[in-house]
Amino acid sequence: MSRTATSAPAAGRDAEPELIRAVPVRHPGRWAGAVIIFLALAIAGQSVVTNQNFHWDVFRTYLFDVLVVQGVGWTLILTVTSMIIAIVLAILLAFMRQSDNPLFRYVSWTWVWFFRGTPVYTQLLFWGSVAVLYPQIVVGVPFGPAWFALDTQKVITYTVAAIVGLGLNESAYLAEIFRAGLKSVDTGQMEAAEALGMRRSKIMWRIILPQAMRVIVPPTGNETIGMLKTTSLVLAVPFTLDLTFVTNTLASRTFQPIPLLMVAAAWYLFITSVLMVGQYYIERHFGKGVDNVTKAPVKATAAVAAAHAGDPKPTDGNTETTGKL
Amino acid sequence: MTETAKQAAQQGTLVQPLVRIEGVHKYFGEHHVLRGIDMTIKEGEVSVIIGPSGSGKSTLLRCVNLLETISAGRISVRDELIGYREVNGRLHDLNAKQIAAQRREIGMVFQRFNLFPHKTALYNIIEAPTQVKRQSKAAARVRALELLEMVGLSDHANHYPSQLSGGQQQRVAIARALAMEPELMLFDEPTSALDPELVGDVLNVMKDLAKSGMTMIVVTHEIGFAREVGDTLTFMDGGVVVESGNPREIIANPQHRRTKEFLSRVL
Repeated sequence: MSRTATSAPAAGRDAEPELIRAVPVRHPGRWAGAVIIFLALAIAGQSVVTNQNFHWDVFRTYLFDVLVVQGVGWTLILTVTSMIIAIVLAILLAFMRQSDNPLFRYVSWTWVWFFRGTPVYTQLLFWGSVAVLYPQIVVGVPFGPAWFALDTQKVITYTVAAIVGLGLNESAYLAEIFRAGLKSVDTGQMEAAEALGMRRSKIMWRIILPQAMRVIVPPTGNETIGMLKTTSLVLAVPFTLDLTFVTNTLASRTFQPIPLLMVAAAWYLFITSVLMVGQYYIERHFGKGVDNVTKAPVKATAAVAAAHAGDPKPTDGNTETTGKL
Repeated sequence: MTETAKQAAQQGTLVQPLVRIEGVHKYFGEHHVLRGIDMTIKEGEVSVIIGPSGSGKSTLLRCVNLLETISAGRISVRDELIGYREVNGRLHDLNAKQIAAQRREIGMVFQRFNLFPHKTALYNIIEAPTQVKRQSKAAARVRALELLEMVGLSDHANHYPSQLSGGQQQRVAIARALAMEPELMLFDEPTSALDPELVGDVLNVMKDLAKSGMTMIVVTHEIGFAREVGDTLTFMDGGVVVESGNPREIIANPQHRRTKEFLSRVL
């Protein structure tokens, strides 16, 4: 207490204050809304359970059918590999876009322009029929001797065509997300790292990109989930082992389209849920130091000791020791 | 950077200039920001630059470690030209590797601290020594803890910048710059973004650093610091050096009208 403070009521200072217990405002509208929503859910639930046309027995038969599970596997392989290709390319494209080298900037821009500007379905059709365009892949000196030649159809199989087609198309979208992420990092970070004598590439990898990831991860998660569903377009290649194609085939074979659509939907929903869990942990990792910062431990040594003792004692970040110099 | 160098610097004799700034001009497009700056800073000297905003003082400081490139003139540190090498009377740009090598010798502290928010105080400090100088993590860590103790933040090694006050962040930033063992430290308005009550802690660290013999160029509005710690005071306005000399004399008895006006407003 400072000396100039006006004197507070002496009794009130140490005595426990009487806490306010106010009557809360009532919200009848909320209750009405809840009742309506509950009724709607009940009606929907009842129809799903009782409507024979859903054929839940067929759904159960095919949910873990070997072909369906293999289809899930292929869909996952397509999603993961094409996203890996897309992410690697996107980082490269985003760095190139920020380069001092004008050629790199133009190449990056043109790539994004082309792959974003044409339909992914068309691109998949193209990769599927690339063997018609170039029956052989010849490795050698341009206009000079050829060293060896490969059959395009053996190199670019339908699987490769599907992955490359999806990956290249996605890289254009991701490049823009990565570019936005890199731009979101304060310019002072680059300057501080430069002033420490760090080289540009090191600054990008160790300082800028880890911070940009905070901005990059949520839309990239979005894109990954989008990709999961976009893999159903690989029939354009034609690639015929993914979840949508398999369930469609089973549907026409059994004349039961609805339950097999439900099978596909259930699997997509399940994979999406798993991906969302993964995204949560990735976001948490890159949010270190910025998002949800835990209150600062008062003494680092004490915090370390507490951590070793397995005692997650909350500490108060507001108590800080000011410099004693 | 010894005590004798410090004393010699104060006597203004014997010691070679560490930093030479000669005829430096800087244009931002049409905007002529620096209009012929000449300055020398001796080893161990604390050179304080003051002036109104827009006077070019921060730009000058940023030119010394190549965050800006100069349009004309020369800046050299220990007789080594900054940013260029001279071959047969022609200047050649240094490549990125050479520029990085020059910057390693020059520490910089920013107005906005610019700590890496995704790294703890300790990891902010050991980043450059381990990544640039290839020091072992253990050795860098030992040195970092020493530096944190020096700036009074031993207990905050594992804090993220967002868990530190502005003054604490700035002291970590000073420690981070010192971890590279620079021979020159640049301070760009290091206390301007701080709450008034936190300014003192940062200035105290800078005072200790000056006493240890570090060569420092300090752009600041802290006239008290200039008077107490500065060996020379330079007043800049409109991209030129208006007045330069002993801080106590200039503050007590400014010779130029513009210096008088500026000091009357900040004191």
